[in-house]
This record gives sequence, structure tokens and C-alpha cells, in this order.
Amino acid sequence: MRAFTYTEPGTVTEAVAALAAAGPGARFLAGGTTLYDLMKLGVEAPAAVVDVHRIAGLATIDTSGPAELVFGGGARMADVAEDPVLLRDYPALAESLAKAASQQLRTMATVGGNLLQRTRCAYFRGGRPFACNKREPGSGCAAREGLDRGHAVLGISDACIATYPGDWAIALIAFDAVVDVLGPAGERTVPLAQLHVEPGEHPEREHTLAPGELILRIRVPTTGTGRGSTYHKIRDRESYAFALTSAAAAVALDADGTVTDARLALGGVATVPWRAAEAERSLVGQPLSPDASRRAGEIVFADAVVGTSNGYKIELGIRTVVDALRIAGERATQ
Amino acid sequence: MAVPNQAVPTTVAGSVPAAFQVNDRLVELDLDPRESLLDVLRERLGMTGTKKGCDHGQCGACTVHIDGRRVVSCLTPAVQVRGTTVTTIEGVAGPDRELHPLQQAFIDNDALQCGYCTPGQIMSGLACIAEGHADTDDRAREYLSGNLCRCGAYEGIIAAVRGCSAQGTAEEVSG
Repeated sequence: MRAFTYTEPGTVTEAVAALAAAGPGARFLAGGTTLYDLMKLGVEAPAAVVDVHRIAGLATIDTSGPAELVFGGGARMADVAEDPVLLRDYPALAESLAKAASQQLRTMATVGGNLLQRTRCAYFRGGRPFACNKREPGSGCAAREGLDRGHAVLGISDACIATYPGDWAIALIAFDAVVDVLGPAGERTVPLAQLHVEPGEHPEREHTLAPGELILRIRVPTTGTGRGSTYHKIRDRESYAFALTSAAAAVALDADGTVTDARLALGGVATVPWRAAEAERSLVGQPLSPDASRRAGEIVFADAVVGTSNGYKIELGIRTVVDALRIAGERATQ
Repeated sequence: MAVPNQAVPTTVAGSVPAAFQVNDRLVELDLDPRESLLDVLRERLGMTGTKKGCDHGQCGACTVHIDGRRVVSCLTPAVQVRGTTVTTIEGVAGPDRELHPLQQAFIDNDALQCGYCTPGQIMSGLACIAEGHADTDDRAREYLSGNLCRCGAYEGIIAAVRGCSAQGTAEEVSG
């Protein structure tokens, strides 16, 4: 591992200043479960690390307000997963955390850092001699001609088909979350839907944060639709695995069972957290039937592009949507 | 025991002075910020009970507690434990070295074969019980899924953790 300068500032303002002072290539360190792992692999090699893992106030969780849920960027995944308001009123948010990683990793990892978790593409993590445009811009993409069973079918480009690995962002994007960040130029708010960027010709650019910006908190507008929600995750084993396909689904139904509000986002199938807005619109105003749910799933994958071994993700993804909407509908009527 | 924390901010290129508790021992070391807690425990403190499996947070063999909560020590930069209390498998037995009830339950339930994953399983199991996640078989399986056992002793592991949980031994969990 490359040697680095280690700094542990006491406040977020000091942290942002320390990162700016450290120059290009410096990184914030929180739970370490992505960054330190990739440093061990030589994929990340920061010259300076600014440790924010115990900055006071960064880990606040407040789900008591009438207008929004607030999660400090430094709050632990394990703690947010067991928040009683989430468990009762937003099961999709709680489940997206509880079904991610293991309890040890959830105890370490933060909900801010998790948004920027880097892909599990084996060619990205594997280092040389594998070509990877994300790790080494211009070197090519070994996955396109390689083992692509886990790779994305939506939002891909010639340069990159790496899957966005997270679960939490999938559920958050379905609930219109926003992210407050602090950088050298001050504080600003980014809608989560505008945080991640598809690879295009520059897979090395994964998000819209400016250099040195720190995620202070995630805010989610409150909605009654949360009660009828689920995060449905299909994996190779039942626990402790990344999603092959996943769906965050939420519905509100009127007394006749007609859908009045629908939220749908997918994970495991795309290069970024994938909000399925057109599929949502197809559901509103209709009874929530298996046929309508299947059509919604088909809309999601209408423009999917498959490789050698990931074609199964289309049918599996559609079925994941159907199952998720069924579970959400059952919860909405309880 | 309270451990003096380091003053912050701290900017160090090569070595970081650190003080932390490991079981009943106060440790003072200069740390290279690259060092994992796992390597510090094993290579610098000679505490080899905590095992290195994958070294990438995927197997759980290196599970320890920091201030009573379970983490994988391989992905914990050692500098992050300054001022904390780390509990390892060496700190689980009683003062006269009598086995903790969960250690005894692993023996009684045949919950190991090669034993390499066992320290991590026990540290994870203790935390699982303390967290209240061992109240059903299904929940215990879910919350122990971060600990792999290549010998496949899962049935015994679940039986041991569930048995201890039912006996209410959580309050005896160290850390």
C-alpha cells in the first residue's frame, strides 16, 4: 500500500479544509470498508487521507420531523437500519440497509460513504493486467469480452458496463432523497438522482461532487407512500451477497385498490441507481395487478443491452419488479 | 477502563502515536497509518487468536469488538481504534480461564471442525446475542451471515448461539 498522510480533524469544516490543503488525490475516510479495501488492492492510492469517522454531529439520525427524514453522512448503516420510524413507515429504506453486506460491515460503514461505494466489477478490483477504463482511463474494458454475469444491462456504454453495487441509494432515489454536501465553495444540495453519472466515455467519473466535497447528510421528504414499500433483493445466496437484481417499490392505493402513487427503482442491473419513472407512470390510475406490474417491469428493460452472460437479468429483473410491487401492495393495504 | 484519546487534529506522515485498550491490557504504540487492526493484533501484539482469512472483509474470520460492537479488523485501519476498547477472542474466557458459555456451547454442539473461523464466529455470535439478533433461528442465520465456515459447521454454530441466547448469557458478553 502506498504511504499516505493521515489527518483526523475535529469538525466538518476542518475536514474540508484539510482535504483541500492536501491537494489532488486526497480522500475522506469514514468506515473504510470501500476505500481501505481498495487501497489494499492498489486500486486506490491516495497520497493523503482525511479521517471523518468520528466527527461529532456527523452521525445524527432524525426521523421525528413532519417534513423530512434526516440521516447524517456519518451515521452507521446498522443504526439507520434499525430506526423504528423507518421499520414502520419506510420498510424499503430499512430493508435496503439490512440486506446489504454483513452486520460487521454495516456497523463500520456509513450511510454517506455507502452512496459512493465503488463497483464490484472484478476487472476494476483486479488491477493490471486487466483493462479498465474506470481504473485507468483509456485502457479499455475487459468486462465487455470477459465474465459479465454480474454486469449492467442499463445505462452502459462502450467504455464501461460496471454495475452500481449499492442498495441504499436504490431505495433512497425512489423516495426523492437529496444530499447536502460541504466543500471549499460552501454548502449545497444535490438531488440524489443527480449525484451519480452514467459511464459514457468517462467511466472514471462516477458522481457530480466537486473535488473535496463531503456528504453532510441525506434528507428524504416524508410520504405516506412509504408504508407500502419494500426493497426486494435477489442474490446468489440468501444473505451477504450483492444484488443480481433488486427493486425498491412503493405504492399508495385508494379504497378501490387503484394506484394513486407509485415509486420504482432498480439495483444490480444498471451503472447507476436506476429510477424507473416511465414504469411508475404506467402503474398510476390502474389496479395493482400482476399484469400491470409485469408491464411496468417490461418498460424498465425496454432499452436493456445484454452481453454474453447477463441476459438473464432482464427476465429476473422483470420478475423482481412484479414481486416487489406485490409485496408493496400488500403492505399498502395492511 | 477509560483510555486517553489523542488530541485532534492530528497530522502525521509516518507514524501515529496511539493508545487503546485490548481486553484487559492498555496498549501504546506508534502506528503506521497503513496498518490494519488485524495486523497490529497479530504481528505487533502477538495476539494470534484473531484470524486472517480473506483480508478483504468477506469472510468474518477477523471479527473483533470495538467498544462492544463487532467489526472486521482487516478493514479497520488501526489508527481508528485510538481511544477505544478492542475485545478479541483472548478476552472472552473468564478470569480463571474458564470458557465462556458460548465457547463451551461451540464444543458441546460440534460447531467447528478445522476451527479457523471459530474465533470470528464466537466474537460475531456474542455480538449477535447482545444485539438481540439471536432470538430466532432465521434471524441468527441472517445476522451471522458475515462469518463463513468452509467446513460447513453452520448447524452447530446456529445451535450454539441460539442455545446461549436462550440461556440469557448476553450479559456475560465482554466489551
